[in-house]
Amino acid sequence: MPTVSVGRDRLFASLGKTYTQEEFEDLCFRFGIELDDVTTEKAIIRKEKHLEEEEADEDEEVIYKIEVPANRYDLLCLEGIAQALRIFDGKQEIPTYKVANISRESMIKMHVKPETSSIRPYVVCAVLRGITFDEGSYNSFIDLQDKLHQNICRRRTLVAIGTHDLDTLHHPFTYEALPPSNINFVPLKQVKNFRADELMEFYKSDLKLKKFLHIIENSPVYPVIYDRNRTVLSLPPIINGAHSAITLKTKNVFIECTATDLTKAKIVLNTVVTTFSEYCKKKFEIEPVEVIYSDGKSNIYPELSVYNMEVSLSYITGAIGVPLEAEKVTSLLNRMQLHAQKPVSGDNTTINVSVPPTRSDVLHPCDVMEDVAIAYGYNNVKDIAIAKGYNISKGRAVSLKPLRLEEFSHLIRLEMAMCGFTEVLSFILCSLSDNFAMLNHEDDGSTAVIIENPRSSENETARTSLMSGILKTVGQNKAHPKPIKIFEVGDIVLLDETKDVGATNRRQLAALYCGATAGYEIIHGLVERIMQVIGLVPPDDSTTYYLKPSDEPEFLRGTQASIIYKGKQIGTSGIVHPEVLSKFDIPDPCSYFELNVQCFL
Amino acid sequence: MAEEVILGYLAKNEEIADSGEFAAKQGLNHDDIVNVIKSLHGFRYVDAQDIKRETWVLTDEGNMYAAAGSPEGQLFFAIPAEGGIPREELQKKLDPLVFKIGCAQAAKNKWVDMGKLVSRKVEHVEDRVKDLLLQIKDGQVIDQDDIKALKGRKLIATQTWNGYSVKKGPNYAPQRKKFAADLTREMLQSGEWKNSEFKEYNFNAKGAAIEGGHLHPLNKVRHQLRMIFLQMGFEEMPTDRFVESSFWNFDTLFQPQQHPARDAHDTFYLKAPSTTKELPEDYVERVKRVHESGGYGSRGYDYDWSREEANKNLLRTHTTAVSSKMLYLLAQKPFTPKRYFSIDRVFRNEAVDRTHLAEFHQIEGLICDRGLTLGDLMGVLHDFFSRLGMSKLRFKPAYNPYTEPSMEIFSYHEGFGKWVEVGNSGMFRPEMLLPMGLPEDVRVIAWGLSLERPTMILYGINNIRDLFGHKVDLGLIKINPICGLGV
Repeated sequence: MPTVSVGRDRLFASLGKTYTQEEFEDLCFRFGIELDDVTTEKAIIRKEKHLEEEEADEDEEVIYKIEVPANRYDLLCLEGIAQALRIFDGKQEIPTYKVANISRESMIKMHVKPETSSIRPYVVCAVLRGITFDEGSYNSFIDLQDKLHQNICRRRTLVAIGTHDLDTLHHPFTYEALPPSNINFVPLKQVKNFRADELMEFYKSDLKLKKFLHIIENSPVYPVIYDRNRTVLSLPPIINGAHSAITLKTKNVFIECTATDLTKAKIVLNTVVTTFSEYCKKKFEIEPVEVIYSDGKSNIYPELSVYNMEVSLSYITGAIGVPLEAEKVTSLLNRMQLHAQKPVSGDNTTINVSVPPTRSDVLHPCDVMEDVAIAYGYNNVKDIAIAKGYNISKGRAVSLKPLRLEEFSHLIRLEMAMCGFTEVLSFILCSLSDNFAMLNHEDDGSTAVIIENPRSSENETARTSLMSGILKTVGQNKAHPKPIKIFEVGDIVLLDETKDVGATNRRQLAALYCGATAGYEIIHGLVERIMQVIGLVPPDDSTTYYLKPSDEPEFLRGTQASIIYKGKQIGTSGIVHPEVLSKFDIPDPCSYFELNVQCFL
Repeated sequence: MAEEVILGYLAKNEEIADSGEFAAKQGLNHDDIVNVIKSLHGFRYVDAQDIKRETWVLTDEGNMYAAAGSPEGQLFFAIPAEGGIPREELQKKLDPLVFKIGCAQAAKNKWVDMGKLVSRKVEHVEDRVKDLLLQIKDGQVIDQDDIKALKGRKLIATQTWNGYSVKKGPNYAPQRKKFAADLTREMLQSGEWKNSEFKEYNFNAKGAAIEGGHLHPLNKVRHQLRMIFLQMGFEEMPTDRFVESSFWNFDTLFQPQQHPARDAHDTFYLKAPSTTKELPEDYVERVKRVHESGGYGSRGYDYDWSREEANKNLLRTHTTAVSSKMLYLLAQKPFTPKRYFSIDRVFRNEAVDRTHLAEFHQIEGLICDRGLTLGDLMGVLHDFFSRLGMSKLRFKPAYNPYTEPSMEIFSYHEGFGKWVEVGNSGMFRPEMLLPMGLPEDVRVIAWGLSLERPTMILYGINNIRDLFGHKVDLGLIKINPICGLGV
């Protein structure tokens, strides 16, 4: 969930009301955002620099950190949150965003060169005319771009935003892709001219920008936007040019979004222009830009058309479970920024919903239904539901079948505890070394899955036996009084060609005895006991199960045996090899067995 | 021996006035006498009163002089009776400390002349210090001024002597009765138990430690939750399948391929086996379509859906991957309503801390039926969480790619005095259910939570590593109480 930092006082001014923290938290809770933290600019800096808590300054501006849903890009800045809450509280009408009515000839044009298709094929643009920034809104404008880059733009891989002072530039513009050595400009925050390839080298030491270099670094051509005079606007998705940088005094803003995903580029452009059009001379009006491709095709952006949806009233009320009149539903939807009205025909069964360009999250009537429920109040729905009692027969089967593997595992766990053993629960994830080398085994690649992207060596594979987890537990419990008697029932993961994914789980039972002597006879007795409770006769009958001397590297030679059931090996047992004990830092002798319990089902 | 002497003495005499004198008189060790008195007093055979006495004992230095004579005496006798002895020579004859103290004391006593030549001033001296020390050692009483002088020279020190005066107690008997410590087989056979008195059991002492097996607390809670689900009519889903394809884990849930949860920062992808070999092709086609262009009343996400991305194997990030498959299988037959649940392991490639591990257990419940409502979801949540002792719930609108509406579940925690998030819930999106082939009026309500969090709250555990994994203290597993959830 993205978190947006907003100045409390600026937010309350924008909401036209001052709230206590509790009141504001309650408002957030009902609307579906969350006041995550209350802090100050200085406190954030102190935290970043790991400084001691100082006496908080009385007049430090209080900052609210607000968590917003990951699909609500329109809430990624103060302006968006304030507007949504004003409308939710019925203090503002839903704005209607307009594309300025200008002729195609006088429209600003962006020409796209075919080479861009190999690296970053899409660009969409728009202009905010006659904007007035103050310090707060200017910072918010920058922050919004940052938040969009982090979220929907997937760290600029899908979309990158460039904003420019239009009055410093000369259109038409061109979007090109050129060899890095052919691109020269002064980037933002620098005074010196860089060649693009040198610039990439230069940014390798830049903490913020180095994360984005990989997006174009290995391409023979870099995307670049020029104006008519070959002034570089930006080298997307890395950096803008210094020449067209916006300032507090900027009046006309040119916005370009380059992308590998056109849908997201349009959403990002719409989010930026709709949110900040409230500061334009003609409020909520955006000037369009024509994007022309080399094959002559052209599009005009932004696309601010509303999306019309017909939603049946019975669907909404049926899904929520609360009867509501059509008038009530439309007024609830208006509070969620969705224009809604009953059809003029007097048909009372359908609601016409117009989804504004700011609500790209609305995909289906179910999203509309949710908005009705939110505006009505989840906790009001709850009160009705609990008073009514939910329909307990719904979804109920006449007679249930237990899941055999789970029931059986549970019974085995009880039997093990009744034998005086204590249950442990170790991790599925482990290192390859834990799973093989520590147990004197080599990984021949035939049993264990390999994780591609582990954060640490502890997460390299999924265990193929319970042994390393149990031995690690003993190693961590050296001070525990002897004897230690522990067991685990759990799944291992094995490569399996016969399965769709190429791997399968198997339920295992393992137990360990650790005392003054290895006590293999106790482990032996435990195996017999488990076989007995499963209903198998003692091992004099070799047609059921028996122990067969084995030669496994994790056990001591001569005191180890495979467990054979119906002619197949289903487990191992023995005195744990002293080398293995030493690798797990265990000073006392241990005996161990492990077997497949799934084979008894 | 000592016991018989004491009880026998008291049979004829009123009291033993001083245990010290008594011991000396009877020729017994006083420490033995004291131990017996304490024991007899405990059983009220006798009443004993403390006696405390300060006595003087010799210090190490005092002991030395009691044997060899005081330094001044030693010095005096080292000087020849006639003439005298050069100081250096005298010094050689004596221990340096003895010489030093001896000179000072002998001069003070006016016994010797301390010139270059040291000579006797008096013909004969009596080593009184030595005599006094011997007397004290003997336990004799000496004059207070002498005590003062010896104490000043650190030759004697006080020692507290503890003894008792003893009288008959309320349970007095000339011989102690034998108490039986326990009832034995022999006593039963011989009938001796009838004549035996039994030692009073000390109920304040700890009982014997009980050996036995123990179940892990997380699994105890898991079992109670399984019982609750079964009591509520839910059927357990088979979740023994950690390796899953991205298709079942994400795509079938209408989770777009660029969704952050699908990032390598959050999900463990597999290098081997890297991809799944088979998926239900016609269903794959419907899933692809709903992602790309929608349908079923949806706009879709409008992007190019990649089969390669869907084929990628991973360790499942949620058990909903299994729920999805169960619903798909359900849709392949004539519709029957279902209630499903599971509690099993899931994996997240996240940074670990006090409350997060790379693997944990997810609890999931879902109901699939025609005409289910959001109110039904709230009702079943109220029922479920009430059984966990959380009956005060409220719901916050939230976002989840595969549920709409989505609700975070908060419960009021009396102990913390605040609302805490206890789970997530929602109604599965039509874009997830309809491509499976479920009838249009079938809705699915579902919720999920972790097993670890309620267990940590229940058992008051602050660090998840104290609950789960190999670092858990075996001693703690053994003392965990039963889990009373749903009881």
